[in-house]
Amino acid sequence: MKLNRRKFITRLLVAVASIEALFLIKGSVNKVASASATNNLFNAGKASSFDTNKLYPFLTGQFFLKRFEDGGFLAMSFKCTHLGCVVNTNSQTGGFNCPCHASQFNKFGEVLSAPATRPLDYFPITIEKGELLIDTKTPIRRSSFDKSQLTYV
Amino acid sequence: MINKNIEGRSPSSIEKFFLHLHPSKIDTRAIKFNRTFGLGGVCALLFVILSLTGLLLRFSYIPTVEHAYDSILGLKYNTIFGQFIRNLHHLSAKFLIVASFLHLVRVYYSQSIFNKRGENWIYGLLMLFLVLASSFTGYLLPWDQLAYWAITVITQIIEYIPFIGHSLAYLVRGSDTVDGNTLLNFYTLHTGILPLLFIFLMSMHFWLVRKAGGVALPKRDEIQKVDVIPNLVSKEIMLASIVIAALFLIAVFYDAPLLDQANPLKSPNPSKAPWYFLGAQELLLHLHPFFSAVIIPFATALFFFGLPYFKYNNLNIGVWFNSPLGKKITIQSGVIAFVFTFVLIYFLEHFLHFDLWLSNWPSIISTGFIPVLLYVVPVAIYLLFWHKKHQANRTELIMACTSIILSSYISMLLISLLLRGEGMLMIF
Repeated sequence: MKLNRRKFITRLLVAVASIEALFLIKGSVNKVASASATNNLFNAGKASSFDTNKLYPFLTGQFFLKRFEDGGFLAMSFKCTHLGCVVNTNSQTGGFNCPCHASQFNKFGEVLSAPATRPLDYFPITIEKGELLIDTKTPIRRSSFDKSQLTYV
Repeated sequence: MINKNIEGRSPSSIEKFFLHLHPSKIDTRAIKFNRTFGLGGVCALLFVILSLTGLLLRFSYIPTVEHAYDSILGLKYNTIFGQFIRNLHHLSAKFLIVASFLHLVRVYYSQSIFNKRGENWIYGLLMLFLVLASSFTGYLLPWDQLAYWAITVITQIIEYIPFIGHSLAYLVRGSDTVDGNTLLNFYTLHTGILPLLFIFLMSMHFWLVRKAGGVALPKRDEIQKVDVIPNLVSKEIMLASIVIAALFLIAVFYDAPLLDQANPLKSPNPSKAPWYFLGAQELLLHLHPFFSAVIIPFATALFFFGLPYFKYNNLNIGVWFNSPLGKKITIQSGVIAFVFTFVLIYFLEHFLHFDLWLSNWPSIISTGFIPVLLYVVPVAIYLLFWHKKHQANRTELIMACTSIILSSYISMLLISLLLRGEGMLMIF
């Protein structure tokens, strides 16, 4: 097939448009760029101030902080993995219920009943000078709970 | 074109331009009200009303998270006829969705989408998509709890598309969650890009109707033609007056909803999508998202875009339901699909808990594949029954499929709208 001028120009335009579309899809439209790249970690306070086997909601950080019996911390996002509603705590199961579509999660954030298909996302925790710092900007997806997701003092 | 009317005055250029939407003479059967029900014209009228009221609303609306809600309140309490204009805009948008859906139904069942009208069917579907997109983008703008969570739910559905879902949702929202960026995106789309696209597509749509020879009619040897003015135009003006009067009247008594200001920390219970998407949300409750958010929507879209281009063997263009058998199959399959969808959902809700029974199977099978089979197999048997027993051929069977899809969607929409209360649980 011979490539003439018109075909060449058409294809060039299509290629440019495709690249542009790809950039759009890749999320390169950033409305706000912050001047400093400092990662604002959420400071939840002294690790020793949290009792074991208790759940602490942090609304401003949009997560639940759970301290298990063995002292391990897990910061779970309160956004339902089904359609993004805010889950409520369920005192009967010790887990979470979604008000929108009735998904249920257990205390580890694992799915108890559909329609949600994966456990609640969790946020990485680092402990500095005894204080819990939670990275609320990078939720981590998981398919089930395991011990490696816990953070210990 | 008539140059002189009864009083001997010649029409102005502007009048002539608008009259070019019609031919000068038209088949008497085409102007019978129950041939088109004037639905296309009503859609165009509603678009004009929406544009005018929308332009007025732009004077007071502020598209930022801080001020959006307050500017609506200002419109409501401190602006003369502010609430009325907003009601009119809100109502016209609702009517437009209903009218364009009915227009699609009318065009399809009167067999007016084949041959040279095929291309126009595509334009029509694109415009239906734009109608939904406009409603959806407009839904967020009041920035109340209703708006915020409806948009959250729908944009989260996009995330289920494999590979590009997250990026696409990010592109729509301009962010990871619904926030000021989303508001800006939606405002730009709603008041700029979508109306422009509408004007282009509407022009094409009208022109292609004229090119195809107007409203599709059954073939007949003797054709009786009459002047468009006054025979058709007077009817159009009458229908337009009725629609405008009805809109104004309802807008006086019915206020567009406005809940509390959006609070990203508190989901209302239940959180529902905009009403026209409730069928999709209902589907998502019962099916694994891979089916309900990807396979079924895409297959349905493909089916509808393909409708004019499937191979048919006995098309009767312009004949309602194609044949008496087609009419029978359409009505029966529509009713049966409505009831069957309802019953199946009721059983899935209360008795069939595949996710618990088959909890060690992958969820794509237990909550995806099995419910889909539960629906598809009876439908296939039903269609086969019509084929064997009544010699329904491909044209009628495809028509039955369309009826089943439309009817099931309406059934799901009504269940979600009327029968679901707190926690999205069925109220009985």
